[in-house]
Amino acid sequence: MKEKPVLEARNINKFFYNPVETQVLKDITFTINRGEFVSIMGKSGCGKSTLLYILSTMDTSYQGRLLIDESPVTGRSQSFLSRIRNEKIGFVFQFHYLLAEFSVLENVMIPGLKLGKMGRKELEFKAMEKLRIFGMEDHALKKANQLSGGQKQRVAIARALINDPLIIMGDEPSGNLDKKNSDIVFGIFKDLATTFHQTLLIVTHDPEFAEGTDRIIEMEDGRIISQ
Amino acid sequence: MKFGLLLEIAQKLMLARFKQTLVAAIGVTFSITMFVALLGFMNGLNMMLDGLVLNRTPHIRFYNEIKPNPNQPVDMSDTYSSYNNTIRSIKPNSSRKSIYNSAAMIHTLLNDERVLGVAPKVNTQVFYNIGNIDITGSINGIDVDAENALFSFEDYVTAGNSDDLKNINNSIILGKGAADRMLAQIGDVIQATTAQGNTVRLKVVGYYQSGLGDLDNVQSYTSLETAQKILGEPPSFITDIQVKLKSLELAPSMAIDYGDLFEIKADDIQTVNAQFETGTEIRNLISYAVGITLLIVSGFGIYNILNMMIYEKMDTIAILKATGFSGRDVNIVFTLIALIIGIVGGAVGLILGYLAGMGIDQLPFETEALPTIKTFPVDFNPRYYIIGGVFSLLTTYMAGYFPAKKASSVDPVEIIRGK
Repeated sequence: MKEKPVLEARNINKFFYNPVETQVLKDITFTINRGEFVSIMGKSGCGKSTLLYILSTMDTSYQGRLLIDESPVTGRSQSFLSRIRNEKIGFVFQFHYLLAEFSVLENVMIPGLKLGKMGRKELEFKAMEKLRIFGMEDHALKKANQLSGGQKQRVAIARALINDPLIIMGDEPSGNLDKKNSDIVFGIFKDLATTFHQTLLIVTHDPEFAEGTDRIIEMEDGRIISQ
Repeated sequence: MKFGLLLEIAQKLMLARFKQTLVAAIGVTFSITMFVALLGFMNGLNMMLDGLVLNRTPHIRFYNEIKPNPNQPVDMSDTYSSYNNTIRSIKPNSSRKSIYNSAAMIHTLLNDERVLGVAPKVNTQVFYNIGNIDITGSINGIDVDAENALFSFEDYVTAGNSDDLKNINNSIILGKGAADRMLAQIGDVIQATTAQGNTVRLKVVGYYQSGLGDLDNVQSYTSLETAQKILGEPPSFITDIQVKLKSLELAPSMAIDYGDLFEIKADDIQTVNAQFETGTEIRNLISYAVGITLLIVSGFGIYNILNMMIYEKMDTIAILKATGFSGRDVNIVFTLIALIIGIVGGAVGLILGYLAGMGIDQLPFETEALPTIKTFPVDFNPRYYIIGGVFSLLTTYMAGYFPAKKASSVDPVEIIRGK
């Protein structure tokens, strides 16, 4: 049985104009289906992060077409894209980007509160649930900056999951972590993919990390060389 | 729900930078306090000073002016129409001082619904006889009730009772300056001589003090009847008709209309007292300018603090946007911060401004010239509070507008990639 596509990129081209015109992405076309654990591999500067930001709808200056959940998002309004990001995409960045002013629990809840589909109590319960998956429930009421780097990243992943997104995108999520924490993070992703059937798209330059995923998209000089 | 979340974020951001936020709010508080107190004080003084003259000045005054008739027979004669008129130094004839058909005029004026009230007056020059010496003065025969109702006459009677004028025959309320010269106590009888040579004896029942020294040295008041009796004239004898209108602005046009209708000289308050209006306006303008300058300066404070906050919180803005907050949401967050500073700072400022006004109102301010004033006058007109409140919101909104706009256009990709 063929799974439904979650994300489709069709002939995506991207240019940087500063200081001179350079093409950073060349004719990128691929599809990610539901439940797939995909990694994008490549050397520094091959355009993999740039591609991820286009796929995440944050970067809108590109040519080609992008479909998320089988509906086109190219050329849609900023508020529409915000809604898509809120509802359908979960982010994990290299840096954790937790809000220092809020508690761990509130950090996880904010995207859910923004979506507004659940009440506060319900959402609090759900956020605790997510934190429990990563063994972070004891830290729920701490401020975000009282945690260690690995813990912060786990909270960031919990935040990405709060709205049950269609796809989780990660930009070198273990890039800032030591081996041990990086393994923990990988274990979490793997677990999400197998147990929860979560679709994941992770950008990495760590071959070991990529090895463990279902499918590797390899990039070089703005082109996909194998997928 | 969604707005509540944005409010919560704004609140957290403000608490994270509590000191700066407090400083910004204090800036607004200070400027609003000053604005309200300054305008209240300034206007209190204005109203008092204007009241000195304007309250007691009729909006329109009708009287017979002593001047040569502008329509001289030689000008009207056809025979001499092609000749040059070289007649100089024409004198006014001894036309009557009293207003002709005054009862009918008063009746007409009272029926005009723009008119608040009418007070007839008899004005005559007299000499107060003090032993061998005569000093000039002027006696106004007034309708006490009308004068009290329209021109707050009783406020300026510093000793005695204005009602005694109508209750006691041949009574007089002396100007304070005139009374001092005559050493006349209340209850004394003074003697005065009219221009026609009649000598009358009048009982002093009170002192009148307007605050304008020159006036108080000369002016005295009796009842209409007493004044007519002094002059030996019938009860229809009236030299002035004073009119108070419901709206002061109508005075010039109504003065012209009625002046033409009654064929009589009519002076309106604007023409007579133009300088008071101008003075008031300029003082108001200055206080508004100072107040608004203060507010704008505090606006710059808010602008600075918001700008700083945005630079500090770039990461926060970026992640909010990455997780689905739109530019508009971010804009609302920062506008809310500005408005909260404005509302809190402004509200405290209004309260402090009110207290400052109360404080100024308690300060003693006693001067010979102003018998009715004991403390500094402060105007607590709600208008200044409304203007202050609205302006505090407006300036904080303006101060927040550009930083909020900048925050809303932060590109999350640039921030996140930059790490």
